Amino acid sequence: MNGPIFNINNLSLWYGQKQALFDVTIPVRPKCSTAFIGPSGCGKSTLLRCLNRMNDLIPNVRTTGELTLHEQDIFAPAVDVIELRKRVGMVFQKSNPFPKSIFDNVAYGLRIQGLTRKGELQERIELSLHKAALWDEVKDRLNDSALSLSGGQQQRLCIARAIAVEPEVLLMDEPCSALDPVATAKIEELIQDLKKEYTIVIVTHNMQQAARVSDYTAFFYLGRLVEADTTNRIFTNPANKQTEDYITGRFG
Amino acid sequence: MELHFDQELTQLKDELLRMSAIAEQAVAESLKALIQRDAALARKVNTDDNLLDHLQMEIDERSVQLIALRQPKARDLRFIIVTMKIAAELERVGDQAVNIAHRAEELSTLPSLKPLVDIPRMAELARGMVREVLDAFVYGKVDLARALIERDTAVDSLNRQVQRELTSFMIEDPQTITRALALISIARNLERVADHATNIAEEVVYLYEARDIRHQHQ
Repeated sequence: MNGPIFNINNLSLWYGQKQALFDVTIPVRPKCSTAFIGPSGCGKSTLLRCLNRMNDLIPNVRTTGELTLHEQDIFAPAVDVIELRKRVGMVFQKSNPFPKSIFDNVAYGLRIQGLTRKGELQERIELSLHKAALWDEVKDRLNDSALSLSGGQQQRLCIARAIAVEPEVLLMDEPCSALDPVATAKIEELIQDLKKEYTIVIVTHNMQQAARVSDYTAFFYLGRLVEADTTNRIFTNPANKQTEDYITGRFG
Repeated sequence: MELHFDQELTQLKDELLRMSAIAEQAVAESLKALIQRDAALARKVNTDDNLLDHLQMEIDERSVQLIALRQPKARDLRFIIVTMKIAAELERVGDQAVNIAHRAEELSTLPSLKPLVDIPRMAELARGMVREVLDAFVYGKVDLARALIERDTAVDSLNRQVQRELTSFMIEDPQTITRALALISIARNLERVADHATNIAEEVVYLYEARDIRHQHQ
């Protein structure tokens, strides 16, 4: 078993006066997928957004405790947040392609990185679209607007855009909640492929989805980590009664 | 489109096929031990049975995981449930082979009672049923599964024939009782192997037709 990529130790977080996370301690393992589950307001998205400092964008957020990526404190003042977010990419609940062509969407991050050579750009874009299982559907229309794609395709485009810059980690915040079951199944299959290459952390309201796509599952309630273990263990024999009540639909 | 889930189902199936190969071999070896009066081979059947027990537990664990994590539906659900049931039947086939091997070991120390004719025939039939029913399972040969259920009666009647014959031996000469009882028990074990194959055949029909045909063949 590889050592953790993220180490989260006694992490607490406040939005102003309101505490949203209480002493959360959990490792995140590399090249597998970890799901954060729990009822609304349990802190799962808040914790996810800590992992690439998206909470910086919210005023009056205060944290205590430790959060390291490869043993480097990501809250340290010296950390380049842009660099961090390059290494830790994110896909959101609602797909958010730029109002540009399919090609330009995936090229966006690469161009910012200074990649301009047409051939290389083309290659990287094709690879990313392949990895996001979208290539076959868009290869003949790369110059069409990204907004002409279906919701499920747009979400896979966002995944292609996120992985184009070769991050180590992909954070997914409810990536399927706006999608129909067929598009959801495609994204879930995609996650199974991507986790061989990337570390995936996914927040989901859908427990069955967590069971299907993740290797590790962490259950949160009211800002506290209740239980974290292998997904197999959580869904067949959880140690905590609260976890069992939640995953069997008796509570939450 | 092949899903990741399909690969997991294939792994489960492969494990079951491994079990069936071992179970069938155990029956074959127990018979060989009987016919060749080979006590060492009989003991080997006993040891190999541990592997079957272990595989059954592994299949059960994998199945529980798949049900919990993948929420299988329709044919996928039937496949997993049926796999667990077939694994239980195959484990019992292994136990029958162990029983036969015990008797074979016992008989290897005693003078031969008679040339064995019907018991090897029963063994061939029963083994063939186990082999073919797994074929029906893998390739969806529902007609074959149904035909196998009919074939069970041939094994049953051979079993009755063996019993009658050996009973007359015992009546004529009480010296034969120990050996005759051992052979009756072996025939009975083989008859049970065919029953397990029949049970598997019923599960195969359930898997492919979603129809429960058990308890209609008394």
